[in-house]
Amino acid sequence: MGRLTEAAAAGSGSRAAGWAGSPPTLLPLSPTSPRCAATMASSDEDGTNGGASEAGEDREAPGERRRLGVLATAWLTFYDIAMTAGWLVLAIAMVRFYMEKGTHRGLYKSIQKTLKFFQTFALLEIVHCLIGIVPTSVIVTGVQVSSRIFMVWLITHSIKPIQNEESVVLFLVAWTVTEITRYSFYTFSLLDHLPYFIKWASPTMPECCYRRYNFFIILYPVGVAGELLTIYAALPHVKKTGMFSIRLPNKYNVSFDYYYFLLITMASYIPLFPQLYFHMLRQRRKVLHGEVIVEKDD
Amino acid sequence: MKHYEVEILDAKTREKLCFLDKVEPHATIAEIKNLFTKTHPQWYPARQSLRLDPKGKSLKDEDVLQKLPVGTTATLYFRDLGAQISWVTVFLTEYAGPLFIYLLFYFRVPFIYGRKYDFTSSRHTVVHLACICHSFHYIKRLLETLFVHRFSHGTMPLRNIFKNCTYYWGFAAWMAYYINHPLYTPPTYGAQQVKLALAIFVICQLGNFSIHMALRDLRPAGSKTRKIPYPTKNPFTWLFLLVSCPNYTYEVGSWIGFAIMTQCLPVALFSLVGFTQMTIWAKGKHRSYLKEFRDYPPLRMPIIPFLL
Repeated sequence: MGRLTEAAAAGSGSRAAGWAGSPPTLLPLSPTSPRCAATMASSDEDGTNGGASEAGEDREAPGERRRLGVLATAWLTFYDIAMTAGWLVLAIAMVRFYMEKGTHRGLYKSIQKTLKFFQTFALLEIVHCLIGIVPTSVIVTGVQVSSRIFMVWLITHSIKPIQNEESVVLFLVAWTVTEITRYSFYTFSLLDHLPYFIKWASPTMPECCYRRYNFFIILYPVGVAGELLTIYAALPHVKKTGMFSIRLPNKYNVSFDYYYFLLITMASYIPLFPQLYFHMLRQRRKVLHGEVIVEKDD
Repeated sequence: MKHYEVEILDAKTREKLCFLDKVEPHATIAEIKNLFTKTHPQWYPARQSLRLDPKGKSLKDEDVLQKLPVGTTATLYFRDLGAQISWVTVFLTEYAGPLFIYLLFYFRVPFIYGRKYDFTSSRHTVVHLACICHSFHYIKRLLETLFVHRFSHGTMPLRNIFKNCTYYWGFAAWMAYYINHPLYTPPTYGAQQVKLALAIFVICQLGNFSIHMALRDLRPAGSKTRKIPYPTKNPFTWLFLLVSCPNYTYEVGSWIGFAIMTQCLPVALFSLVGFTQMTIWAKGKHRSYLKEFRDYPPLRMPIIPFLL
């Protein structure tokens, strides 16, 4: 679902967000890392038509203000700071809960309002793309945000019995780390500050890329696993209650079975996840080892 | 007569793929493509894109070598378009599918509905009518593909056939499942609704066919010329006054009629998706008309009169 984006994330020079289930955003670092930016710009899209243009559009390094007006910049800065703060709050709340209670049971309940608020707020990113202040494909962002909204509202919110599953914590951790990295990076890019914390963490740009790309290798599967396990855990409850389903006969001659819908959703991870994951690995090889990998033209 | 030399390079790697000497100045790109195929038989002409600039537009088959901005040694860049399949093949396959698939559901072939419904027949008239309309629609499309349409391109990429067939066959199965279901609910406003919908459907089918014939008559057999379409004596073609692609307008209308007739949400969704795609096509076509013809009628919109 939201995995799609990793490809975009890898490829984008700017905001093609590293949404996905888990991976940290693979964004080129600062404007001073042209190598990272250039190699990432060639990622191909998963199959949406925005692919070619996507790679082309995102070629500029982040921090280039292109033609962003003052208002747009101010708004985006505010937005990124707010989201960074929100996910940070979420992360801290999760850590504190675990430290105090020693268990993950009840963790979701304690952070659910914050999670829902900030994750839903991210719908605005679609608008950012629509009005052009962010040079990412609307479709890509739309799919990413939708997959997150789906997990939060249609799974964890609606299917209460699975809220205490460990798998929920799994994807929450992956998402939190991803989003904090992503939004803080955007914030720094917009403010045109060098990302000191990044430089502090690793003295050279390539090293930064190195850590990023290795970081995602674990987090990406972790997030996907968390999501899949959660959906799987929810299946019996969905089947039993018949929730979100429409049965025949009815006036509009349509039916919908949420249980089978979830099965199909889970199945869709099978083609999507490896594609994105291996794409990321290819990007990694390119960036870290300078291998030139000729991408198949679409 | 001065002969040209043509070297063909790979557009991506700049590797020299082929060198042709003693090429006639009045040779066409099509002839050069044929020569190129001789040295690289896996790249038949339909999948060759030759261009003057690696990132430029493809040269047309009809372009003549000496009319191109090249010296006596021409450098052409080659791009592989991938495996190609003819438009006719694609159209026939994608339309034959829904025709056949719908009938499977209509006759309630085993393993679709419960066993007690196998080979039974619906007691609702509208279900039989819907089958006739749906089948007529696709038979019409098949016949038009064989006898009416004049295609400007011979081929399209092979992967399109999988994409297109999934779309057409998938939706056909989804719609047919509900319309022919033993628990199907006929339209709320009964026979009145069905009659109105049928009228819309028939008018739009006739309209669509009229437009296809008018477009065919614009272009002589075997040619690839493009002209501005104008209304003819046939009243259905008068929609050309308001719209660049009335064939799409009528097509959307037909499906809206079918949706009202069957009162089936999947049909409405199919209409919506089709409308979205056709609007994109219509806008593209409209733009090319505007670019190509200075005197293009200003009143026309791409697909919906005055609106879209």
